[in-house]
Amino acid sequence: MSKRLSTTVWGTVAWIAGIAFVFPVIWMVLTSFKQEQSAASNPPTWFFTPTLDQYAQVFDRNIMPFLLNSLMASIFSTLLVIVLATPAAYALSLRPVAKWTDALFFFISTKMMPPVAALLPIYLLTKQLGMLDNVWTMVVLYTSMNLPLAIWMMRSFLLEVPREVLEAGEVDGASLLTSIRKIILPIVSPGLAATALICFIFAWNEFFLAVNLTATNAGTAPIFLVGFISSEGLFLARLCAAATIVSLPVLVAGWMAQNKLVRGLSMGAVK
Amino acid sequence: MTDVIDRADRRTATPVPPVRNPAKERWVRRAPLLPALIFAIVVTQVPFLVTIYLSTLDWNALRPGAREFIGVDNYVTVLTDSRLRAALLNTIWLTAGAVIFSMILGLALAVLLDRKFFGRSIVRTLLITPFLVMPIAAALLWKHALYNPAYGLINGLFGGSTDWVSNYPKAAVIATLVWQWTPFMMLILLAGLQSQSEDVLEAARVDGAGAWQIFRRMTLPHLRQYLELGALLGSIYLVNTFDAVFTITQGGPGAATTNLPYEIYLTTFRKFEYGEAAAAGVIVVILTIIVATFALRVISSLFRMEEGR
Repeated sequence: MSKRLSTTVWGTVAWIAGIAFVFPVIWMVLTSFKQEQSAASNPPTWFFTPTLDQYAQVFDRNIMPFLLNSLMASIFSTLLVIVLATPAAYALSLRPVAKWTDALFFFISTKMMPPVAALLPIYLLTKQLGMLDNVWTMVVLYTSMNLPLAIWMMRSFLLEVPREVLEAGEVDGASLLTSIRKIILPIVSPGLAATALICFIFAWNEFFLAVNLTATNAGTAPIFLVGFISSEGLFLARLCAAATIVSLPVLVAGWMAQNKLVRGLSMGAVK
Repeated sequence: MTDVIDRADRRTATPVPPVRNPAKERWVRRAPLLPALIFAIVVTQVPFLVTIYLSTLDWNALRPGAREFIGVDNYVTVLTDSRLRAALLNTIWLTAGAVIFSMILGLALAVLLDRKFFGRSIVRTLLITPFLVMPIAAALLWKHALYNPAYGLINGLFGGSTDWVSNYPKAAVIATLVWQWTPFMMLILLAGLQSQSEDVLEAARVDGAGAWQIFRRMTLPHLRQYLELGALLGSIYLVNTFDAVFTITQGGPGAATTNLPYEIYLTTFRKFEYGEAAAAGVIVVILTIIVATFALRVISSLFRMEEGR
């Protein structure tokens, strides 16, 4: 087989695989623009007049507070994670503390602990403190959920700062703040952005803690989605509209971070 | 090579200027670490201590007042309960099934994407999309839009009226998880493939090695640590699967897909057996520690390999 032919053949196979994988998502978006009747037809409806009715219905059902709760929980927890993780990563990379490996493994071990084992005490404690169904409880929990990931990831970015440049700066009498601002930040800022995006994705998508600790006041987007299907009658098109809305922020964030995605997901292990 | 852990001290090996006050210097170094460390200890370790305490109580939230110390009775109840054993087995099935199938598919896709072809970055974007869909939305989508016997897309395209979720509950959950996690495996394995030295592969080709031979003898061994890493991280996430079980099968039919997270959730918030739920939680933590010790050993052996270089 000639090289060009094989490139074409395997390229086509890759395209088919890509479309097959994304197809359920395409189907979800298509269905969200249908009327309920054509969404629930068998055989499936391929050609239809698109309508925004389902989106209007989703907003009528008050999705906004849920989206705002998700936005608050995700953004504030991401900010808190970055504020805690960046200095910690610095103390585990550029100017390491004595037992930096132990600290690093302690953080990753907290990530391995199943959340289900902590659920009951967290539930009882937040109940005791009157913090059930409160966005700030979710901010704290999502921060602890993402902290190990952010520390490992930020550390791998900080290690890319050339030591010689830092030392040269120190010799020239640059203060710590100056070298952070002039040397470290320009190098790690793409990594910082990717870390923030990945923390945002995990916080936005989190369901287990949200379903057990929130209700009407602090319910996040996933909670809205689950409550949505209890209604009678046909609901598939509306469900798809709601699922499209709640998935959109993360799809955008993920596409933006896709070049650094693998590094974040592997906690900085794979570049 | 994977930089599983870069050696931090390799970078600090350069002589550090003499410090007048070593104790003060140590604290200056520690200071940036402390907020994160204290936060992690308070939020993740304290609840576990509380769980251990709760696991020794006879406490059902539906019976007010009664809350007495009963020692290890909850553990006896939980360990002799066939439901928990079934949940443990289901957890293993679901996790292993999802990891293995997403790994195989991920490897195939990574090999495809490792070649140059028209629109490669678009295809990569398409392929990572399932991973980004909110897990609960993905589970609802598969349950209602794809698996539904009356109007689901699978029966719509291929005919028949199979009730996929009732007839093949485990497979239905696993397929959804595989769809979401294949992109994750693909990304890790693709990074592995792309870190292979092109010169070495070219040399093998010049020496007359076939494509399959190169893949089996050179690529697979090179990928080994990436496969290990993918399996490890995938298992850490997938063992906690809750969304898909909660949405697609509610643990059923019967308890066919009830995994540990879902079983403990039921014990806590449906039966309100707080003492038993806490004991089950402690057992899960012990099991996790066993698996995690093994996992950390894999990571730190990769780390030693790095050191040895």
